[in-house]
Amino acid sequence: MTMPFYVAPEQVMKDRADYARKGIARGRALVAAVFAEGILVTAENPSRSLHKINEIYDRIAFAGVGRYNEFDQLRVAGVRHADTKGFAYSREDVDARSLANVYAQYLGQVFTHEMKPLEIEILVAELGVDGAPDQLYHILYDGTVVDEERFTVLGGEAEAIAGRMDSSWAEGWTVTEALRAAVSALAGPDRTLGADELEVAALARGDARRAFRRIEDGELAELLGVPPPT
Amino acid sequence: MSLPMFPPADDPGPSTGPDVRHGTTVAALRYGDGVVMAGDRRATEGYSIAHRAIEKVFAADRYSAVAFAGAAGPGIEMVKLFQTQLEHYEKVEGLALSLEGKANQLGQMIRGNLGMAMQGLAVLPLYAGYDLRRRIGRIFNYDLTGGRYEEADYHATGSGGRDARTTIKLGYREGMARDEAIELAILALYEAADEDIATGGPDVVRGIYPMVATVTADGFELASEPEVGERFGVLIERKRAEGQRP
Repeated sequence: MTMPFYVAPEQVMKDRADYARKGIARGRALVAAVFAEGILVTAENPSRSLHKINEIYDRIAFAGVGRYNEFDQLRVAGVRHADTKGFAYSREDVDARSLANVYAQYLGQVFTHEMKPLEIEILVAELGVDGAPDQLYHILYDGTVVDEERFTVLGGEAEAIAGRMDSSWAEGWTVTEALRAAVSALAGPDRTLGADELEVAALARGDARRAFRRIEDGELAELLGVPPPT
Repeated sequence: MSLPMFPPADDPGPSTGPDVRHGTTVAALRYGDGVVMAGDRRATEGYSIAHRAIEKVFAADRYSAVAFAGAAGPGIEMVKLFQTQLEHYEKVEGLALSLEGKANQLGQMIRGNLGMAMQGLAVLPLYAGYDLRRRIGRIFNYDLTGGRYEEADYHATGSGGRDARTTIKLGYREGMARDEAIELAILALYEAADEDIATGGPDVVRGIYPMVATVTADGFELASEPEVGERFGVLIERKRAEGQRP
């Protein structure tokens, strides 16, 4: 008969956290920033069809970094949660805060009770209307929720990227300024990122009920100030 | 087994289910850029008017419109569920359903309502949209069992549907412009309201006019109330000038 070894809970948690962090750091980062007309999310993503940034509801967007299958599963659960709630009650009753709590509980649950933590970080962003502020909820692999007001960075090298974002930050900047700052923050001093390596989407204030919009191809190239892709 | 025989006095009558000609007229027709859909605003309860400004024409999603005739409660609920389903599919899959797929989905919902329909709460939708793959407007009509029938050029449902269909049939031409198509839809609703007590006509006193929407490659667009009101005004003036009593 084998004897179970005693492992201190501190050690278990530390090992799990290291494992999750390593997995997340392998992936490419993502920046979400508030600008004059809404929220802009910029991700380094060479794929045209496998998205990191997605629509959840009228004014709510979702973004994830790390293992694709893990955050995509959470995305679908979020869309279902929001659509069910909006249908049963009212569209106004669907909010990012409640969704962020559901995600945080699930991630926390998996982190403490399962063998393998989820190797993801996710963002739930909500566009504020009628004077309400825009909200950015950054949720970590262990269920920690961080509520940001200006911008947030998900994924590997987050601190360095956040430092670069912080130094270029300007209150009430335009979509072009925010996009260019996010792209150069993601790229760092030694690289440049082209339109075909980026996935960009915005939640923009306007008349449309569904505020989520992808910024792609020609429009993206134009905002970046580079020739359009052929 | 033999067929049941009834003496003439015990004849149970035809058993074809409930009469489903509910009070309403909703019409759709194809034109050059897509489809026009129009519906009156009246809701009835027997011989009384239940509501004067009810909405029966809805955007199902960006590229399609749905209107219904029948019981208002289940009808509105069905439209709301249909809208949610289309949007849910689009968000989860990252791609919208084809127009054909959406039309079939609506058919399944009608079939699910068959039990209620047999008890008198029937809902019969009319579905029209712009097919982004084929680049044409398409119209779908349904029966109580969820049967889905694509109409070539136009269709109208509800108690005034027959009058509206006849009006459209007489004025229809292939590839009409937006103005002509809206005018024909408005005329169809006018004639239907003229003949059918459960269809509301233009209410110039309160400024309530039927709803008219277009669906084209640019998406669903509801014609503004002033525009619809003005067109009804022109129609009435024309009828008066022609010596008809509008």
